[in-house]
Parts: sequence; C-alpha cells; structure tokens
Amino acid sequence: MLSGWGRIFRPGHSVYAHDLEKASRQAVLFRGLGRSYGDSALPPASEPVVVATPLADKIRFFERETGLIRAEAGLSLHELNRLFLRQGWFVPVSPGTQFVTLGGMVAADVHGKNHHVDGCFGDHVESIKMRVADGRIIECSMDHETELFLATIGGMGLTGHVLEVEFRLRRVPTPWIWQETRRIGGIESFIGALKVAAGKWPFTVGWIDCLSRHRAMGRGILMCGRWATADEAPANPPPFLRSIAVPFVFPQIALNYWVVRLLNMVYYRVHGSRSKQGIVHPEKFFYPLDMVLEWNRIYGHRGFTQYQCVLPENGDCSITRNFFDLLTRLGCASFLCVIKDCGPEGRGMISFPMPGISVALDIPVRPGIQVTIDTLNKFVISAGGRIYLSKDSFMRPEHFRAMEPRLDSWMAVRQKWNPEGKIRSAQSVRLLGDLP
Amino acid sequence: MNFTILGATQGMGQALARLISSRGDALFLLGNDRQELESCARDLEARSGYPVAGMALCDLRQPKEFPLVLDEARSKLGRLDSVVVTAGIFHAQEAMEKESNLARDLLTIDFTNTILFCEEARKRLLEDGGGTLCVFSSVAGDRGRKPVILYGAAKAGLSNYLEGLDHKFRSRGLVTICVKPGFVKTGMTAGLKPPPFAGEPEPVARMVLSAIDSGKPQVYVPGVWRWVMFVIRLLPRFVMRRIGF
Repeated sequence: MLSGWGRIFRPGHSVYAHDLEKASRQAVLFRGLGRSYGDSALPPASEPVVVATPLADKIRFFERETGLIRAEAGLSLHELNRLFLRQGWFVPVSPGTQFVTLGGMVAADVHGKNHHVDGCFGDHVESIKMRVADGRIIECSMDHETELFLATIGGMGLTGHVLEVEFRLRRVPTPWIWQETRRIGGIESFIGALKVAAGKWPFTVGWIDCLSRHRAMGRGILMCGRWATADEAPANPPPFLRSIAVPFVFPQIALNYWVVRLLNMVYYRVHGSRSKQGIVHPEKFFYPLDMVLEWNRIYGHRGFTQYQCVLPENGDCSITRNFFDLLTRLGCASFLCVIKDCGPEGRGMISFPMPGISVALDIPVRPGIQVTIDTLNKFVISAGGRIYLSKDSFMRPEHFRAMEPRLDSWMAVRQKWNPEGKIRSAQSVRLLGDLP
Repeated sequence: MNFTILGATQGMGQALARLISSRGDALFLLGNDRQELESCARDLEARSGYPVAGMALCDLRQPKEFPLVLDEARSKLGRLDSVVVTAGIFHAQEAMEKESNLARDLLTIDFTNTILFCEEARKRLLEDGGGTLCVFSSVAGDRGRKPVILYGAAKAGLSNYLEGLDHKFRSRGLVTICVKPGFVKTGMTAGLKPPPFAGEPEPVARMVLSAIDSGKPQVYVPGVWRWVMFVIRLLPRFVMRRIGF
C-alpha cells in the first residue's frame, strides 16, 4: 500500500533506485519524497509500482562563483540547505517543507513565500534532463525542446521522468531571517495587509483562523521576512535543529471541531496585539511544520486532503470573503489554513499560481468529503480560480477541465512526448482519463 | 587523517564518504564501476568543496587486484591511515538454496574475498605503523537465523576474523572496527520491506565515523540494534527454531 502525504492509501509500492537512467526505462512514474498530498505520486492500478528517486541524490556540479548547480532528481531540498545555506546559498524559491526532491519541485512547480516577487521554482530552472516515453533521454531548456521544458515545469511528472535538474542558487547575506509578525483582525484587512507587505518584504505569508466568524472572519497572523543583514544576524550559523516525530496515528476524533477551534483561538490570542520582530532561525521561518516529523498522522486512520486554490481578486475582496463564508458553512475545521498573495503566472504551461489570493487548508477525510470538495471546486470555477494538483485527491475531471483553459495546449505537448500516456499516475488516470 | 573506502559509490559507503569529505579529510575511492566512481568524486567535491585525492577500480570478485589498488591508494595518499570496507552483496536465502552458484558468489565475495582484501590492507597499515581497518559486517552474523542463513554465516565468519585481528594487532597500533548494521535503507535493501528500527545511511555514517575516531572495536548501527541483538543472542534455540526472524 502506498499513499501521498494525506495518508489515503491505495494498492501499490515504491522501488528505490540508485540509477535513474536505468530505472526510468520501464517506469510508469517517478516519486520523490511523497510530500504531494493526494494521488499525484501514486501509480495507476494496472502498473502498481513507482520508482522512488531519493537515493539518486548526486550533485553533478556546483559553481561556487555563480551558484549554478546541477543534481540528480532525488536530491532533497533538506540536503541542499544542510550543505549550502550556512555557506550563504539558498534556493531561489522554496516550498513550505524541505522534505521534497528537486524532481518533485519541478513536477509541482512549487511556489513559496516569495511568489509575489520571484514566481515559482520552475521560473529559475535552467535545464532539465529527462527520459521521455519513447525511451530517449532529452535535455530541455528555454533554448532546446522548449515546449517539453515548459510542459514539464508543473507537469506533475506526466510528460516524462525528470532525471537531472540545473538551476542557480542565490547568494544570501546571512543564513538568518529577520521576521515581523502581526495580528490581523479580519479577511479584508488581511488581504490589504498582504498587499502592503508585498511591496516591502521578499517573504510574506499568513495563517488564518478559519473557524472565526462574522466580523472576525479571516482573522489571523501575518508573517513577513527577509534575510538578515550581517550586523543584525548572530555571529554563529543557525544550529541544526532537532525534530520530534508524531509516534502513532491519532484517533479520528482527536482533531475535532472544538479542539481545532480552541487551538486556533489560543494561537491567535497568544501572539498578542502588538507586532513582533526579530531574528529567527531560517528553518523555523520557512519550514515550521518540518519540526514535527510525520505530522500527517494527527488526522487519524482515514487520512486527509489539503485543499489549495487560488482566487483572482476583484478589488473588494468579496471573492475571498465568499470563499471563507462557504468554508464556514461546510464546516471545514482546519488548524492549518494558509493565505498568500500570488504574483503573475510563471512559465510552466500548467502551473498552479496565478495573480490573486491562494488559500490552503487541511480537510480530514469523512463521509461526504466528495460533496464538500465538489462544492468548493464549483465555487473556484465560478470565481475563475484553480486548485493545486499536488494537494488534490478528489477533484472530478469535468471540474478540472472547467477550471483549466490551458489544459488543451498542455495536453497537445504531452501527447507529443507521451502519446499513449505510458507515463502516468493515479491522478492522471482520474483527471485526464489515462489507462487505469 | 586519510581514508580509503571500498564501496564508496553506494549506500552507507557513500554516506560515509560524504561525511569524511565534509570535514576535509583526504579520500581515496574504490569501487567496481568507473563511471560511478567519477560521478561520486564530482558529487563529493561539489558538496564539500574539497577535492578527492584519487580513485581506482576495485572489484571484490577480483582478489588479484587488491595489492595493486591498495598500493595505488598508498602512493596517492602518502600513507594509509584508515581503510574502510562497506562493499558486499546480498542474495535472498531462497534464491541461494535453489541456485548454488548464487551461494558460491555470496560466500566468495562477502567472506573469502573481503577477508583477502582486509589481509592486504592489514599488511600495509602495519607497515605504515598502524591505523584503522573498519569493515562492515552485519547483525545477521550474530545468530543463525532462518531468513539469512548463508549471508549470516559469511558475516559471522567475517565478524570473527575482525575480532581476532583486533585482539592480535591493537597493541601494534592497528585498530580493527567491526560495524554491524541492522536494517539500513540503501540500494542493497531497496527491494525489501523495512522492518521496525530500520535506519538511514546518514546517521549510520555518523556513528561509524565516531567509532573510527574513538577506536571502538564493535559498533551496532543504528544503536538500537545493539539491544535487539542482545535479546536475540539470549533467546534459547527452541525459541529461535519457532520464530521466523
């Protein structure tokens, strides 16, 4: 049995490969560290084996003058940070966990707290080496096989298997973060505050108490950050942090409505009404959830899904307000609810972000979850937004088609490089009608 | 300090090489695939910023070459300080029961040839005034067990040899370290289902390196296996006969 991060298990297993060139010849799908929540990294039922890449983590080269780096697809962001952050190098774009591989970062075209200024990870990739369905190995970039390159960025691994990735690490002044956090009273002021912060800070993100109602609806905490300057930062490099693990799968009722409501209230109140600022550890800033390993066990045996959508703005925040209204009516109690303003669309043909407000929240699996997701998807479609495939387990194909006008042009490229859908996932079976 | 590692291109050997390289110690890589060796060397250099001292092809199937490659390592490094052997093979017990060629292959590589390699290394280390010989055996050698009879036998022999070596030569400056990994998630065990207490190569490498630094003659990795095997060794025969472990 195999599952995504949401712990919804399906038949299948993974085989770890050292040599990706060899393993990719027959593979139906590559899987990195399995941090996509849904079925993006799960195999189709008829070929239930995925090739896991994390053992293939060799760095091909790293130019210490320019930051240009090339590595195998299985190299994790955690390892990259461990090796290079304390020497003053960081990825141009980082997602909210460092337990992802380079291959996964390309396939999901991950975004982060700096999306409003730096776009997605794929916008910074120089070149990708991949194995396509006919068996050839192709090096693609903006100059060579551009279509394949752009369809692979955010293409969920469905255009071919990513073998190596080349991109540029960025120089950071110090490995520490200067952070400012502030409590925000409601959704309108939150969106306003995100916009103002976007002009001043390279990194912004908000946590929202999505169970608060009425005037307090959408209240939460805004977090802004930038790399600390040499005179602000401590002299020592940030220590390597110890993490704890959730030792067992929690009972289903552990995180019920009232518990979440209480946790949210405490988290909001504890912050206090004044803004706080200071130096924080970079890993605590970028990856707060990584401190607790296997935290996905808190949602119980049935697992959970994460719903992340981006909603275009219309000036008066009414779309986002209506979305939160709908969430409250559907009773989606989530401790983790993250809000972030997105910048312009990037180069990935089918990447998730678009200008607007992105909202992400966990929804534990329970009877009727399909109806909940359908309702949310219908709202997103009518608002002209879309959802993030790396989080999805429940979307219907017709909803995907309706929210993705770019699908046909992407499918045309995929068709060219992967004509029979030989390279496919449980998700592509569900959404694109590939052979189960 | 310098290190010569046989098996540096994969699994625990690779993790150990990365750790050693990160602290700037000189490294000589031995492995059985030229391309793999070169890509490993580039990987180590990119990670640590330190160059790799050298590399040579060495296959545990070819014992005639052992003196040559060790001499090459010695001349590149000036002298040998530490020689580490992580290389080895694994076949499933059922497969070897059916196919005696597989059994011969495993016994030759994991026992005979590994020891022949150690002998060549021992001679050179002693000539250079001592040093460390660190060899990866296995917890499988601690007790005769149904799922790993042949593999366990080879590793039991290897562990015994290493203990004898340590007793005899420690006074002359040669420290012998027997590493006994439990289940570690590497390419060698990729097809198997990880049991409880399965370890990752990176923490294992850290434990091994600290054993080398302190001269500890025997080390179980991950540490919990020391207690697991303590219990297993105490189990009476009639219990071992019944359980599948």
